[in-house]
Amino acid sequence: MYAKKMILVAALLGCGALHSAWAGKNDDTLRIGFTRESDTLDVYFNATREGVVMAHLIWDALLWRNPKTGQYQPGLADEWAFIDNQTLEFKLKRGVKFHNGEKFDADDVVYTMNWISNPENGVKARRFVDWIKVAEKVDSNTVRIIAKKPFPAALEMLSNLLVIYPNEYHAEAGPDLFGRAPVGTGPYAVTDVDIGKKITFRANREYFGGSKGAPAIGNIVVSNFSDKNTLLAEVLTGRIDWMWNVPADQAEKLQNNPQLQVVNESTMRIGFVVMDAVGRSGDTPFTKRKVRQAVAHAINREAIVKHLVKGRSTVIHSACFPTQIGCEQSVRKYEYNPDKARRLLDEAGYPDGFRVDLHANRDRPYVEAILSDLQEVGIDANLVYIKWPALREKRRAGKVALQHTTWGSYSVNDVSAVTSVFFSDNPDDYAHDRQVRQWLAEGDNNTDLEVRKAAYSKALRRIAEQAYWVPTWTYNVNYVFSKDLNFTPDYDEYPRFYQSYWN
Amino acid sequence: MTRYVIGRLALAAGVMLVVSMLSFSMIYMAGDPAITIAGESATDADINAVRKFYRFDDPIYAQYGAWMANALRGDFGRSYYLRAPVGELITDRFPTTLLLGGLAMLFAMALAVPLGVAAAVKPNSLVDRLSLMISVLGQALPGFWFGLMLILLFSVKLRWLPPSGTESLKNFIMPAITLGYYATPAMMRLTRTSMLDVLASDYIRTAHAKGLHPAVILFKHALRNAIAPVVSLAAVQLGFMLGGSVVVESIFSIHGLGHLAWESISRNDFPPVQAIILTLSMLYVALTFCADVLNAWLDPSIRLE
Repeated sequence: MYAKKMILVAALLGCGALHSAWAGKNDDTLRIGFTRESDTLDVYFNATREGVVMAHLIWDALLWRNPKTGQYQPGLADEWAFIDNQTLEFKLKRGVKFHNGEKFDADDVVYTMNWISNPENGVKARRFVDWIKVAEKVDSNTVRIIAKKPFPAALEMLSNLLVIYPNEYHAEAGPDLFGRAPVGTGPYAVTDVDIGKKITFRANREYFGGSKGAPAIGNIVVSNFSDKNTLLAEVLTGRIDWMWNVPADQAEKLQNNPQLQVVNESTMRIGFVVMDAVGRSGDTPFTKRKVRQAVAHAINREAIVKHLVKGRSTVIHSACFPTQIGCEQSVRKYEYNPDKARRLLDEAGYPDGFRVDLHANRDRPYVEAILSDLQEVGIDANLVYIKWPALREKRRAGKVALQHTTWGSYSVNDVSAVTSVFFSDNPDDYAHDRQVRQWLAEGDNNTDLEVRKAAYSKALRRIAEQAYWVPTWTYNVNYVFSKDLNFTPDYDEYPRFYQSYWN
Repeated sequence: MTRYVIGRLALAAGVMLVVSMLSFSMIYMAGDPAITIAGESATDADINAVRKFYRFDDPIYAQYGAWMANALRGDFGRSYYLRAPVGELITDRFPTTLLLGGLAMLFAMALAVPLGVAAAVKPNSLVDRLSLMISVLGQALPGFWFGLMLILLFSVKLRWLPPSGTESLKNFIMPAITLGYYATPAMMRLTRTSMLDVLASDYIRTAHAKGLHPAVILFKHALRNAIAPVVSLAAVQLGFMLGGSVVVESIFSIHGLGHLAWESISRNDFPPVQAIILTLSMLYVALTFCADVLNAWLDPSIRLE
């Protein structure tokens, strides 16, 4: 892979001025290249980021989260309010139609919410629908969604992930056909689907607009490429107008290409080192706080971000993404200090360090840098680099003493989507801290924002104080696209193509 | 001859059985398949439900037996990811792979045969060495590297050919060269050896004595006889090319069997991988079997070995 990269980088240096025919603007068709196939367009069965991006084109949710302000704005609902701490009431927009002409009303919302929350229907992203107890129709324009228990992240889910089906068409088509021939209210309608290869969208000229606004680009074609370098070649030859996740070194070279724009944006994905603080994996040094703190002082996160991760990534100290609701920032910080790390190890009874397996499933160069830092202070870490399913299996079985992993929170801007996932006495919890668990539960189950923030703050401070995790850095994405395209990426890593237009 | 054919058939069946066991066991090589299918946000209950639904709890031999029994009926199950019958996916993608394999074979023959003839006409000369170097280079270059170099030159630099896709035959030029070039050395060397044998035979000497034009002797009399074993080898190489298209199809985004295999491996979607391995192996074994039988029919001494 390294060789492949080098070849392309070398070629890019000499190819800057060769471009002439950039088709996208000429035929009003935005050509997008992804490297991950989508098995279905039904977002409830395809929770990949690409799947959600396409879902935002096809469907609307009840609300829309403004990525610039973080505020919730009208989507398919004009008004909303908590009736009590478990019931949300929505006044729906009138006059909205699905792509097939079906009229949107309360029946569609009730049908969708009750269908996705029914475990028998096998929705994949259970975490996002399990909180729904039932949806009820008040009148043709009003619905209530009742949660099983107070669920403050409900608005976040309803503004981003939970899109509304057309009840009649969905019931008639069934999930499989619906995934291949989807119908929504969104700014783009699907006109052709070749699963795993190509998906074609046409602008919905009758779109109601609302917070998303009317689509400006006439057509969008999403194609799949299994090799990122081939996709890059397609972008360089002008056959593809947009791609993302371009490695930092290649992105730097592409900055000089006059036909392309390169934009870097942070994402909600964070990295972190997890240590087995309770000895689930056996007799491990990480049960001692000083050892965990030594690890935190040993890793030179600033240097890794500066030289490897690059872009808009930043070092983090709290076990969440900084913009997430409740993500306390004034927590104990562990500066890079290898001498202090050695001293702490000595005090913990490991003057000569120890040997341990460091598990990871992605970002090998970053993990190797961590490994090297640990070796510097005497921790002889052996890299066990395995695929994600295998790591998850081992992790949940309590067999991992030390790991570096990442979490994207599914772009849910709330601490409950990350900290609560890993510290709630579940198989992913390697801290088993009762206090932390109680504070997180208090935050997760309360609708009062200030109460939530206070609870999460206590939990996050303790996590940092105890050094259960070493939060490492935020991730970033390099977007490369045609100079003809006006596109602005957002930190939540959901490209909003419906707001793009040709320059 | 019948005994020979039965022996080869038994060997082919044995190979297929081992391949089927190996391809089936792949499903457990990258961890619990239920975790992969359930997805990143799945709870333990979701994973258990998946495990139960796909019967991953059954003993492995029972799972293998059920899978094999279905496979023999042409039912390879459903892709976990694409949620389509694997048989349909293979039927849909196989023609593309076959076209790529056929074009690659044409390229390999078009390069290997003239080089082999040239090398045989002037053995141990500069032409011979050059021919050998050109063909061996094909085997020495890794497919992904060579493919990317072609893309850089003919797509990014010169803009002559599209870097990927399958819209027209133009899209297949670079993938066919990448795939075919690798198979060139064996065919070139066989052409050379075979031509050297034929050129040293009595009837060629007689043809020269009769004063026939050298080109007529070379192409009409010598090559026609020397090409038979090369064609036999080409049949086996075609099987190899179909299997070897995984990397080439991925580089050039050709949605054939190789691409499907690559994508399926990367997402731990094993039913298509198992079926593709089984199908391509079967094809390879069948082509090898045909070549063996053909050779034995042409050369009785092989039957007696």
